[in-house]
Amino acid sequence: MALATTNYLTPTGREEAWRFTPLNRLGGLHDSSVSLNDRISLTYQSLPSGVEISEVNASDLPSIATTDDQVNLRVRETVTQVLRLKIANNAELTEPIFLNRKVVGMAPEASRVLIHAGINSHATIVVENTGDAIIAEEIEIKLEAGANLRFITLQEWDSKAVHVARHHAILEKDSTFTSYVVTVGGSVVRILPTVEYRGPGTSADLCGLYFATDGQHLEHRVHVEHAVPNAKSRVNYKGALNGISARSVWIGDVFIKAAAQGTDTYELNRNLLLSDGARADSVPNLEIETGDIVGAGHASTTGRFDDEQLFYLSSRGIPAEEARRLVIRGFFAEIVSKLHLADVEERIMNRIDLELATVNS
Amino acid sequence: MSTLEIKGLHVSVITEEGAKEILRGVDLTIKSGETHAIMGPNGSGKSTLAYSIAGHPKYTITSGTVTLDGADVLAMTVDERAKAGLFLAMQYPVEVPGVSVSNFLRTAVTAIRGEAPKVRTWVGEVKAAMTELSMDPAFAERNVNEGFSGGEKKRHEILQMELLKPKIAILDETDSGLDVDALRIVSEGVNRVKSNQNLGIMLITHYTRILRYIQPDFVHVFAGGRIVEEGGPELAAKLEENGYAEYTTA
Repeated sequence: MALATTNYLTPTGREEAWRFTPLNRLGGLHDSSVSLNDRISLTYQSLPSGVEISEVNASDLPSIATTDDQVNLRVRETVTQVLRLKIANNAELTEPIFLNRKVVGMAPEASRVLIHAGINSHATIVVENTGDAIIAEEIEIKLEAGANLRFITLQEWDSKAVHVARHHAILEKDSTFTSYVVTVGGSVVRILPTVEYRGPGTSADLCGLYFATDGQHLEHRVHVEHAVPNAKSRVNYKGALNGISARSVWIGDVFIKAAAQGTDTYELNRNLLLSDGARADSVPNLEIETGDIVGAGHASTTGRFDDEQLFYLSSRGIPAEEARRLVIRGFFAEIVSKLHLADVEERIMNRIDLELATVNS
Repeated sequence: MSTLEIKGLHVSVITEEGAKEILRGVDLTIKSGETHAIMGPNGSGKSTLAYSIAGHPKYTITSGTVTLDGADVLAMTVDERAKAGLFLAMQYPVEVPGVSVSNFLRTAVTAIRGEAPKVRTWVGEVKAAMTELSMDPAFAERNVNEGFSGGEKKRHEILQMELLKPKIAILDETDSGLDVDALRIVSEGVNRVKSNQNLGIMLITHYTRILRYIQPDFVHVFAGGRIVEEGGPELAAKLEENGYAEYTTA
């Protein structure tokens, strides 16, 4: 049973970090007067050797990252049992590990996960979120030296789901982290992928895809902090919006601290507005404290369908609707094709077709 | 035997200063197996004619008719025009990121033929057409027109024409940006499709260079949004000699 929380304030919406988020639709996840259920909600089918999953007392497994995010702090206060996934040192996993969300209802709940990728290990983890739930979540990911982890989260929620999550990755030297955040479902989804570099030779590739239709608020706030020399980051998020009340928010904060010489970073967000009324907020943010870097850049574009592309395809006999479908699949292909999970790729593309076909009046 | 018939075609575009008339009464009839060269100075409206027939939304038809074997082309959507047998090889083919050439070709051919081509024969068909145009098979896995050189874009246009088997093709400045070798390969492709499929061709060009490779039956001089002179191949020779000055300074 969670105790009343004392050490944080309920956000009001006036804070910079919350100004885009529809707090009244969060199902109380942010509200200190609403208690959260404490439950481990991720399940798994089978585990290859080299992987171990256990439930650990939260008191024995404190969070490894600092945060001032209010919902994240509530998760830490609420959760008593942490799901810990450990990948052994030097493990080379050829098959992905799937974690599935087991939904039990619409009572607001909290979840904490710690993923530990051992030295020089190689693995892919896929978190699948489906159904309807109101969930606040912290996933912390620690990559030991030389580890290579592909971390994929799929938000294929049903239409009432509320999901507020922070994915925090800590990268020890020479580790490589790749994350894919795919958000196509839910009523309100707010995800904070953050990366903290602890050693040189590290690399983070953060990719995302979202498709918002009427009634959906999909928010992704990427935070990359370069505090050590010779690390690399790439951020590439692509979104589409279809419907008069479709909303998306993308924030890309990249900080290059004075000690981070030799940093190489580029962040990109592209949005396609497929109907009138849809709104995409896109805020790339780059702060540089040293000029001694390899490169730093950012770009953000928000636009409509390219009529010339549609004309070109139609002039070859392809009906307008199918031409739109081809163009939108093409737009997302750059992200989806990198998942290297044939079934998942096909499922996401089909979902994208459905989102596109949603009639907008 | 097919006939594309253009009668009294007037076309306008909307500019910041309001509607501007580009085509001022075009009359032209093209039949299967015929090659009509449309020659004229820049800005005379040649490309507008091509895009208007293909149905680009930028152009408004203010009067006139376009029919293909009696069917009203102007009443058709863009894809219906292609299904009816019209093809436009564009001067500036458009990039479509994330869509592979093979997926694009298959989707287009499926739409035009009304059924998906049989996988086994289709692969061979594409391969043969690409070989004839000296295209690397790896080309099929690239994204449509993305990062293509000028020559590759034009070969890709002719490849589509070969596979879609139109009745009438409009080639809009297909010669622009091609070196001599590419021009020869592309021209041979056009000639091959013409003889195999009895294609009718509207060949829009500024220069006479391509006419050495693709022999026109008729030459039309286009200036000020209409056809101002017509003749046989000898007219092209005269243009080579004198340019367009006499048509533009009148």
